[in-house]
Amino acid sequence: MINCTMMNKKVSGLLGTVFFSFSGIGLLATTAIAAETAVKPDIKMNTKMDAKTDPRKETALAKAALEMMQASFKTRGQASVDRLQQDETQALCSQYQDNPPKAVRARIEAINQKLLKYPADGKLLGDWKEGEKIAQSGVGKQFSDNPETPAGGNCYACHQLTKTELSYGNIGPSLYNFGKVRGYSEAILKYTYGKISNSEAFSACSNMPRFGHGGILTEQQLKHVTALLMDPESPVNK
Amino acid sequence: MYKAMRTLINAATVSALITAAIVSSAFAQSSLSNQGGDQAIKEIERYRQALGDGNPAELWEARGEDIWKQKRGPNMVSLEKCDLGLGAGVVKGAYTVLPKFFSDSDKVEDLESRLVTCMVILQGFTYDQAKKNPFGGPDNKSDMEALVAYISGSSRGMKMNVTGNHPDEKKYYALGRKIFFHRGGPHDFSCASCHGADGQRIRLQALPNLLKQETARSAYTTWPAYRVSQGETRSFQWRLFDCFRQQRFPELEFTSDASIALTMFLAKNANGGVMNAPAIKR
Repeated sequence: MINCTMMNKKVSGLLGTVFFSFSGIGLLATTAIAAETAVKPDIKMNTKMDAKTDPRKETALAKAALEMMQASFKTRGQASVDRLQQDETQALCSQYQDNPPKAVRARIEAINQKLLKYPADGKLLGDWKEGEKIAQSGVGKQFSDNPETPAGGNCYACHQLTKTELSYGNIGPSLYNFGKVRGYSEAILKYTYGKISNSEAFSACSNMPRFGHGGILTEQQLKHVTALLMDPESPVNK
Repeated sequence: MYKAMRTLINAATVSALITAAIVSSAFAQSSLSNQGGDQAIKEIERYRQALGDGNPAELWEARGEDIWKQKRGPNMVSLEKCDLGLGAGVVKGAYTVLPKFFSDSDKVEDLESRLVTCMVILQGFTYDQAKKNPFGGPDNKSDMEALVAYISGSSRGMKMNVTGNHPDEKKYYALGRKIFFHRGGPHDFSCASCHGADGQRIRLQALPNLLKQETARSAYTTWPAYRVSQGETRSFQWRLFDCFRQQRFPELEFTSDASIALTMFLAKNANGGVMNAPAIKR
């Protein structure tokens, strides 16, 4: 951390010198730029956040970026410009480029634990067959989607789930044999429902959407997807 | 025209073949490893190579060159005096230096916004007229996409070389990085959700890591691209527009500041990569 800060200072110091010497030789520098057609090899990518060196600059930048986005997007169908506004979880994950320090991580998980809702009837297990349909469907919440059509969970976009579906993504871990490996206990069942409903309550800045919190899936749909993972009869556990 | 028709027919045939190849390779897999995905990705790569010589984007490039040279607009002049970043009328290599700050408009502009500026300043169109029909459909071909195909195609084989030294260019790069990591909407997605790590896939579709030089280069230098599934040559503005749709964000407005800032971030990260566009994609 300290090393990193020092390195950055050194680099910016060096840049300052370069700019200074360029302006010092005025005409010569202009000629050099005009003549320069060759590409500098391996131009360093500046994709790392500046938060480590100057958090205030980073906060101001985030504010300016939001303002720029608000002027650049327009409401279309169900996707209104409100969606650009971030809750605390989204703002913190963006600020730390999805890799927050331990204390922030704990805070994000605590916020989302508080937001976590379980069904009032206490039943967490739905129908795995319905869960499979939800896992296959990627529709919902895009401005091109019909808001009347129930949204899918699109689980296969990121996870392996069953043996039969080979077109699966890998952004999330394989969930094949999810229940079989973990056991069908009440504790695991509760964790599974909770994780699908609000992943950030268990793993800060996870790429996984908060399907319950985000209003993507209904409580009944969450139960069905839970069954896909936790019903011993589900193909996930075969 | 005959050649073009044949190209289109070839594209359709190969498209059917590749679908068959993906399906058969997927079913041929007995293990549950990621090999099914890897195999399909290899097949898609072969398909792209096979199509390299007969890319229907040539039709858009030819039409774009015509539009570039045509006397149009209230002023009845062509775009041949338009400065795309390398001086008035220079098309070759222009795509490699964009986005760039332009003093006449006092703005950082990508190719599409620069074309809008030239259509307004030189040809006398209104901004609304210049921005009309940015993305084409079957009965409604876009002049903008044709111009973009022609101009990007004129940088084929040349290295991306966005300087980004002007204070506004630096500002746009920094804001583009912020937008890249901005999570929002019901799904909490940002660009980084899909494009911030190596080797990621959605279903079987490989996703380039846009934060790593090698993959940032290969991704950026293959846009614009002819999309087989759409039968259209798509611009980089379209690429961003449709990414945000899938991100469940509201609609990204054509040539908006956020679109240019994000393009600045992605284009500069691809510096040194050799342009190979319009490419062809599934």
